[in-house]
Amino acid sequence: MQIFEYNGSALVAMVGKNCFAIASDRRLGVQLQTIATDFQKIYKIHEKLFIGLSGLATDAQTLYQRLVFRHKLYQLREERDMKPETFASLVSAILYEKRFGPYFCQPVIAGLGDEDKPFICTMDSIGAKELAKDFVVAGTASESLYGACESMFKPDMDAEELFETISQALLSSVDRDCLSGWGGHVYVVTPTEVTERILKGRMD
Amino acid sequence: MESVFGLVGKDFAIVAADSSAVHSILVHKTNEDKIMLLDSHKLMGASGETGDRAQFTEYIQKNVALYQFRNGIPLTTAAAANFTRGELATALRKNPYMVNIIMAGHDKDVGPSLYFIDYIASLHKLDKAAFGYGSYFALSMMDRHYRKDMTVEEAIDLVDKVIMEIRSRLVVAPPNFVIKIVDKDGAREYAWRESIKDAPVPAV
Repeated sequence: MQIFEYNGSALVAMVGKNCFAIASDRRLGVQLQTIATDFQKIYKIHEKLFIGLSGLATDAQTLYQRLVFRHKLYQLREERDMKPETFASLVSAILYEKRFGPYFCQPVIAGLGDEDKPFICTMDSIGAKELAKDFVVAGTASESLYGACESMFKPDMDAEELFETISQALLSSVDRDCLSGWGGHVYVVTPTEVTERILKGRMD
Repeated sequence: MESVFGLVGKDFAIVAADSSAVHSILVHKTNEDKIMLLDSHKLMGASGETGDRAQFTEYIQKNVALYQFRNGIPLTTAAAANFTRGELATALRKNPYMVNIIMAGHDKDVGPSLYFIDYIASLHKLDKAAFGYGSYFALSMMDRHYRKDMTVEEAIDLVDKVIMEIRSRLVVAPPNFVIKIVDKDGAREYAWRESIKDAPVPAV
């Protein structure tokens, strides 16, 4: 029994022209059994910062609660929102704290930094950051996602085209993974607005 | 193996559980009540390790009561579910409770709600949920026949269909079930479904 494959998940984030998109599947399972088809894996930290948590659902929920706590405390002390780069370092530090008893999660962080420059990164379950300029992926469908994103991605897409690209990449990848799927959840974030859309894919 | 399942109807929620207490090949009793009343408007059906189940559910029940004593108002169902998840999550990496929980409650503003909490503290709000070997039959039966806003009669009919399915198709099927309901008038026992009655013990 693989602990990272207990609940099933698929996460992807992509950079566009002055915008980013982050998408996840919607399945919550217990190994072969599907429990829910509306499970949320992407959380908003603030208007321009989102984090997706793949891996074990219980650890994703615990980790999210800890991160929200830390960010709220930061907001009270600094009187501003955290920059995505700073937040990524915070997540990395929190994960490494549990180096010898880790959270079984792989986060995907996406945000708009200074001058609304898009920022994405992922890290492993002990906090090794991986910054990328184009896309990052995580979850049980990550290998399929790498292939789909590599072939479909082009730089400097606008919000509409980015939404189409990330949606197609997500849906085609989760169709090859039995542990993720049952629809998709896509957030497209520009400096002025956040669009949240639900995708209907193969419901199986 | 123990079966617990539950569903949400129009302004009420139902939780049903088998009532056999089994130790290896021996059936200790067939009228064990595995659904605890947490307070006037909350039910908690639990399955799993017998000692953990009894101790943990009582611990949650007493803490829910303590909150009401200290603060003068009862916990909402969502708050009680999140508290339970917190306790399971804290114990998870020290001394885990092997208890799967279906919590149902009725709040004046929100109406009925049902929460799935598995033994590794994954929490999700659902309309229908099930645990145990019986879940393979319960979830399929409920996927087929469940509709939103069912009446009590329709919901009990579905519960009976599930119980019949478990009795006929599960190899070591539990003979007896208890059904409890929670609605605006409170949480209470609704019925027992017995196919075997324990021999009555004469009063001393």
